[in-house]
Amino acid sequence: MLQIDLEACNGCKLCEKTCPFAAIVVVNKKAKVLENCTLCGACVNVCPQHALNIERPAQLSPEELTKYSGVCIFAECEIKNEPQIKPVALQILEKGRILADKLEEDLSTILLGAKNSQLTQTLISHGADKVYLCQHPLLEQYSTEGFTNIIAGVIMQEKFSIILFGATPTGRDLAPRIAARLKVGLTADCTGLDINEDRQLVQTRPAFGGNIMASILSPYTRPQLATVRPNVFPKGTPNPERTGTIKEIPVKLNPKGIRTKIIDSAITQKEETIPIEEADILISAGRGIQTKENLELIKELAEELNGTMSCSRSLVDLGWLPHSFQVGQSGKTVSPKLYIALGISGAIQHLVGMSSSDIIIAINKDPDAPIFKVADFGIVGDILEIVPILIKQLRELKKN
Amino acid sequence: MKIIVCIKQVPAGEVKINPETGTLIREGVQSILNPFCEYALDEAIRIKKEQEERGGEEVEVIVLTMGPPQARSALLRCLELGADRAILLCDRKFAGADTLATSLALSEAIQKFEEDFTLIFTGKQAIDGDTAQVGPELAEHLGIPQITYVTSTNLIPERRRIQVERETENGYEIVECKLPALVSVSSGSNILRIPSFKEIINARRKVIKNVIADDLSKDTSRFGLSGSPTQVAKIFPPKSRTGGQKIESDDPEAAVSRLIEFLQENVFVDKE
Ligand SMILES: Cc1cc2nc3c(=O)[nH]c(=O)nc-3n(C[C@H](O)[C@H](O)[C@H](O)COP(=O)(O)OP(=O)(O)OC[C@H]3O[C@@H](n4cnc5c(N)ncnc54)[C@H](O)[C@@H]3O)c2cc1C
Ligand SMILES: Nc1ncnc2c1ncn2[C@@H]1O[C@H](COP(=O)(O)O)[C@@H](O)[C@H]1O
Repeated sequence: MLQIDLEACNGCKLCEKTCPFAAIVVVNKKAKVLENCTLCGACVNVCPQHALNIERPAQLSPEELTKYSGVCIFAECEIKNEPQIKPVALQILEKGRILADKLEEDLSTILLGAKNSQLTQTLISHGADKVYLCQHPLLEQYSTEGFTNIIAGVIMQEKFSIILFGATPTGRDLAPRIAARLKVGLTADCTGLDINEDRQLVQTRPAFGGNIMASILSPYTRPQLATVRPNVFPKGTPNPERTGTIKEIPVKLNPKGIRTKIIDSAITQKEETIPIEEADILISAGRGIQTKENLELIKELAEELNGTMSCSRSLVDLGWLPHSFQVGQSGKTVSPKLYIALGISGAIQHLVGMSSSDIIIAINKDPDAPIFKVADFGIVGDILEIVPILIKQLRELKKN
Repeated sequence: MKIIVCIKQVPAGEVKINPETGTLIREGVQSILNPFCEYALDEAIRIKKEQEERGGEEVEVIVLTMGPPQARSALLRCLELGADRAILLCDRKFAGADTLATSLALSEAIQKFEEDFTLIFTGKQAIDGDTAQVGPELAEHLGIPQITYVTSTNLIPERRRIQVERETENGYEIVECKLPALVSVSSGSNILRIPSFKEIINARRKVIKNVIADDLSKDTSRFGLSGSPTQVAKIFPPKSRTGGQKIESDDPEAAVSRLIEFLQENVFVDKE
């Protein structure tokens, strides 16, 4: 229940303007809640008088826990010429399907945007039973506050038991905001998800830079929220015949409720390359390449193998490559079919980002480099000597 | 103008797990100031100096942490690096907090003691847990906007705005935001600064305020372990890959031929 302290309320109407669902009105200089309040909490945040409050029980009783059911996925989108569902959203949709089947409950997904209702069928083909469609011009671009208000509203209304987000920059900006609003737990960057005998979500994630795995539960609160690392779960094969329901959520957003503004988003990479997390073949360079000029050699090899170039953090720290090329704990997690590590020592922070690759090849002049412990095939040698020979032999092979 | 920097002390280097008992081996692991928190502090101090130079409003940099008694040394380092004063939330009742309980304690301390802040800085993540959740959760409790993954900032006090450059998945963007706001910092320089003798002496004269749970609230069950919805059910060592073949030969041509055969077997390279 949304409580209003009528003594503190001065009728300023900020709550009325902020409510994304038009569920609060000011009558006779006092705020009043309407039936359609979703308890999303957007108004509580903006009230300058601190007159609004939502009491949420910290711990739920066993009966209350059973009121929550179903798995829900945030369908993060990206624009590539036109809007599309991000690969990670399809990956967690597939995982969500497995969890929902285990629980024998529904799989839902929340789709936000301005003009992307055509994507609902993609979500249904990938396993969604229900799509909550929220369309509004202010939802075209991601904003923490706009998205939090809408998603928190849907969640409060529908009482899902499990909600999953991709652990992308957007997911990791959004999920904690929602978790704090609902006063529930959130497990970051999960690499394993399962349901235990008590029907709880078992969330497994690496901690301490990948040296330790931890399994985490939220036994007494609902919903259970997690962000999931991209590229650890496969996406399923879509079934275009599948049917599902689409529920349109009426949205009313006020620009004033979004206090951040993107001034310029055009500063993206100039070169048109495949993002490293989507590449099938990665040719990855480390400090062992010694000079920036030697990157040309790596590029040449990448071209020969139809691969994409990536790197360890050392090269980003040196300013030789942008951060978006970095593989590892503070960079990106990749799981290509082939990962070739050239002059990379294999520090744990690097390994956590690439050790789920199908096949790993390492070339390093230090026979004891830790990268060899994860490599399926290794050559102990100088990359500046080996790589040119490799390029030469590959070219000869093509000629024949 | 008050700028609050939330900092965390983290173990330096690798923490391992005792395979027999399943507990963390913390002995012999030194503690450091989380690098992203240090970047955040650097940014706050840069703003302070900038305001001084342009004769703007005076900036006070306050560092805040919740942690065990030894977290005091991380605060001391911040004071040596130029922060003006510090707050340490230290109490058994805060122990065992997950990100929700941590952010709640931090928000209540800020509301109680420093409510008139202009800006809050956090690191983008702490390198022990890597959750990157405390910043956004704190912003939500305080009802202020947040900007995450920030690489540089430009404070515009006369318009009560801050402009920042932030990392996105495929580059950078410039975002403007109303103040007060919370900014999580994701990059900085890796130079380990060594404070001067004078800075060390000065830091010893600065105030570190101690706060216990009862100072913040009558209902202390919302803090620490009892206020944490998430529970660690189990910790275990990661599955490790085992290395395959490794060629150590003096003949690079032959080694490369073997590599090409391997690539052909796995169909990354066509056989003729
Ligand atoms: C909080 C934190 C987060 C981090 N996040 C990441 C991350 O996301 N990604 C990441 O990669 N790192 C990360 N790191 C850094 C990581 O610990 C290592 O420092 C880094 O991965 C090392 O990069 P490197 O292997 O390229 O360099 P080095 O460790 O310097 O290794 C260079 C290797 O090249 C070999 N070599 C040198 N010359 C030659 C030659 N001519 N031919 C063949 N081999 C040669 C050497 O034997 C050596 O093994 C992080 C660290 C911290 C503390
Ligand atoms: N116990 C704490 N005390 C103060 N600040 C913290 C604490 N834990 C996390 N933070 C802040 O939140 C950021 C992100 O931490 P985390 O969410 O743990 O990855 C850190 O860089 C700190 O700025």
